Formats: sequence, structure tokens, C-alpha cells
Amino acid sequence: MSDTPPPPTGNHGQLRSDCRLRFSPLHRLQWEDAQQKYVILYPEGMVELNPSAAEILKLCDGRSLDALVAALEAQFNASELKNDVTEFLEVALANGWIRQHDD
Amino acid sequence: MTKPRWLLAELTYRCPLQCPYCSNPLDYVAHSNELTTDEWKRVFSEARAMGAVQLGLSGGEPLIRPDLPELVQHARNLGYYSNLISSGYGLDEPKIVALKSAGLDHIQISIQSPEKTLNDFLAGTESFEHKKAVAHLIKRHGYPMVLCVVIHRQNIHQMREILDMAVELGADYLELANCQYYGWALLNRDQLLPTQAQFIEAEAIAQEYKTRMAGKMKIYYVVPDYYEDRPKACMNGWGTTFLTIAPDGQALPCHEARVLPGLNCPNVRDYSIQTIWEDSPAFNRFRGDAWMPEPCQSCPEKHKDFGGCRCQAYLMTGDMYATDPVCGLSADRAKIDAAIAAANKDHTAATSRPLVFRHSRNSKIFVEKSQSPH
Repeated sequence: MSDTPPPPTGNHGQLRSDCRLRFSPLHRLQWEDAQQKYVILYPEGMVELNPSAAEILKLCDGRSLDALVAALEAQFNASELKNDVTEFLEVALANGWIRQHDD
Repeated sequence: MTKPRWLLAELTYRCPLQCPYCSNPLDYVAHSNELTTDEWKRVFSEARAMGAVQLGLSGGEPLIRPDLPELVQHARNLGYYSNLISSGYGLDEPKIVALKSAGLDHIQISIQSPEKTLNDFLAGTESFEHKKAVAHLIKRHGYPMVLCVVIHRQNIHQMREILDMAVELGADYLELANCQYYGWALLNRDQLLPTQAQFIEAEAIAQEYKTRMAGKMKIYYVVPDYYEDRPKACMNGWGTTFLTIAPDGQALPCHEARVLPGLNCPNVRDYSIQTIWEDSPAFNRFRGDAWMPEPCQSCPEKHKDFGGCRCQAYLMTGDMYATDPVCGLSADRAKIDAAIAAANKDHTAATSRPLVFRHSRNSKIFVEKSQSPH
């Protein structure tokens, strides 16, 4: 079981702004009481998430990148989050935690 | 002290296959007093309360337990991520659907070889076509699919075909598990251990596919430790992460730990999981580094590999406290080199011993051996 996310592979981390983002059906995002943090579970593995990563992934429910950033900025009363969010989502995409959909 | 994160539930030692590298104990027929459904549910609940989150449902062949869907449902209600570790033999569409609705997260199936004759020979059962059909069904019903292939001298030359088969079956993960030499595999080591040249060639092919399939199929390559210079970080350290419960309720710090004499592993029929994890002598025996002899004790890498595998140390040197003999710094490394040399002799000769298959008849012989006076 790995506690650190595997490094992104290849160029699959290319995030497209016209796509909808959804959390992968082959992974599970879950709050763990024992660890007091969100984790991603997948076959025989687990990644522990920091709070901001978890908040971003929870919003991957079919909305676009811009809508996701707007929601986060409203939620945390912040601005200029787009670069950081994009950077993390590219890692998430490369690791298969989220998927991009055209429709 | 850390808490268990991984619970491996070996639901039964019964299995329709007879793989000669099985990691179950040689005398498995002596441990056939399986936990009941309610006992398993209590184990799941107690381990989950301590923080276990990954659940392996293994065996033997876990599909043999008729209460499997009920156990899966219980695990799902508790919030486990449940992994069915199966041969795939005996799996059909109604069972796949029932397990999905019970909340099973993922199915791993094992295939012995991408070639029917060799697959069926190694499995001891005609199973190849059925397993491939099952692999397609697993995908169709939306499970992540892990294909596991144990690698050894009988199939290592098929590495490219193994990878092509995984691609064709649409595996999300491919586990290329170089055989580890315990249990039945240790018994058959001379027939199973490949040469170093074979390993190097196979690993290069696996690396090529790893790059080509990036983002589509994850390939896990379990390193063959006999050809390494440092031991594996066995179990991520004794009693830190992994808890195995054997079919008869024995709680084991690793699934091979039954071989260690005098360890006296506690049974879940007698103690709670918390007592077993925190207070039992067995789980505390190799925790931390106070138990380590030299050269481990003064080694700067001791918190990286934890002295390697206790079972391998015992099986190869007779001393469960010894440094894992795989390590280049171990005084017993010559024993590994001798095992490699013995396995690398030409086994096509008429004197070559046939593989000993894992089945009840053979297991009974080991039970009788262990009970006879010396």
C-alpha cells in the first residue's frame, strides 16, 4: 500500500477546459475517521489526501474546470486559484483519479 | 504503535486449483476448522474499528464460501474497500452481479499462462477458457480488473504473450508477481526459479509495456528478491500495517508466519483483534528494531527494509532472527547463491524431479510427516 501518489506518467495529464470532470468510477473517495483525512481507495492501494486536494476532488461531479474553480473560490472566499487547481487536476488525471468527458 | 490498515481474510484453504507455487502452508489440510460467518463478521468489524480500510478476501479460493456475498455486504457497510482475490474459476455472471450489488469493489483473477496447455497444466484443472470469459465479464460489470500472473521458469519465456493477453482482456492493472519461495513454491524451487538472464530479459519486456500502456494499464512488477542485493521491506515492517487471518482464525503478522516455530500466533476465537494487535507476543516479536542482530542492528538501511523477511530467514538459515539471507551483507548469502545454482542446472535431464502439486492428498503427507516422531 502506498502513501504517496505515483508520479504522473506520459502526457495523459493534459487537462482540457472544454471538458466535464468526473471522479473515476474505478476509485473511491472516502473520509477515514482513523486517519482524520480523505483517502482515495483503489485495488490494493490507498492515497492519503491533504484537505485542499480532497475539496477539489469532491467537486469533480461533472462540472467544467472553470465552474470547479469558481465553486472553490466561492467556498473559500479566495481568488486566483486556477493555476494551483489545474496543476493538481493534471496529477489527478495522470493517476486516473478523475476522467474528462466531452458531454 | 501503528494500527492495521490492511486486513487479509483467508476465508478458506479449499481450492479447485493445484498450483505448485501456492503460498498456503504445506499442511493446510490440518487447518480446516473454518471460521463461521458470524466470526468473520466480528473480525471485520473489530479490525475496521482500529482503522483497517483495505480488505483482501482470499484463500484458497474464496468463492467456495457460500456466505461470500453476505461477508462482502458486511464489509461494505463498514466502509472497507474490498478486494476479491480469486482464481476466477467458479465465477459466473450471476455471482459477479450478486457480489457487485453486495458492494464488492474489485476482482483480481489469476491466470497461470497465456497458453491453454501450460495454464491448465499448472492449475491442475482445465480452466483457461473459463478464466478468460470471466475476465471479460468482470470488465462488463464495471469492476476494476486486476490480472495476476505468477512468474517462474515455466512461463517466464512467455512474458510478451502475458502482456499481450492482459491488453486484450482490458486489465486495468497487471500484477507480474515473480514467484516468492515459500510453501509449495519453496518445495518446487528447483523447477520454478528462472535464471538471472531470463529475469533481465523479462523485466525489459515488462518495462517496454509499462511505457507503452501508461495511463491505460498499470503494471506492477514484483521483484524477484533472490537476484537482489538487499531484502524486501517485508510486510512494510512486522506488525505495522498488515493483519492476516487464516481460515481457522489464526491471526498472522504475515500470511507465511505459521512456519515460524514457537511464535504461537493467537486465534481470533480467543482474543479480540485489538488485544491480538497490541498485546500478543507474536505481533510484538519483531516490532521495531530491538530484536535485530548484526549486521542489521548497526545498518543505516534497517528502517528501509526492516531486516527483510523473517520467514525467509527461518526457512533458509533455521534462525528466524537472522538477517534475510538475500542481503549481500548477510553471512548466509551463500545459501541463496547455492539455491540459484541448484535451480540453474539443466532440468530437462531424466533425473529432474516432477513438480509437486498443491492438493489435499499431498498436503496430508506433510501433516503425517510433521506428526511422526523424529
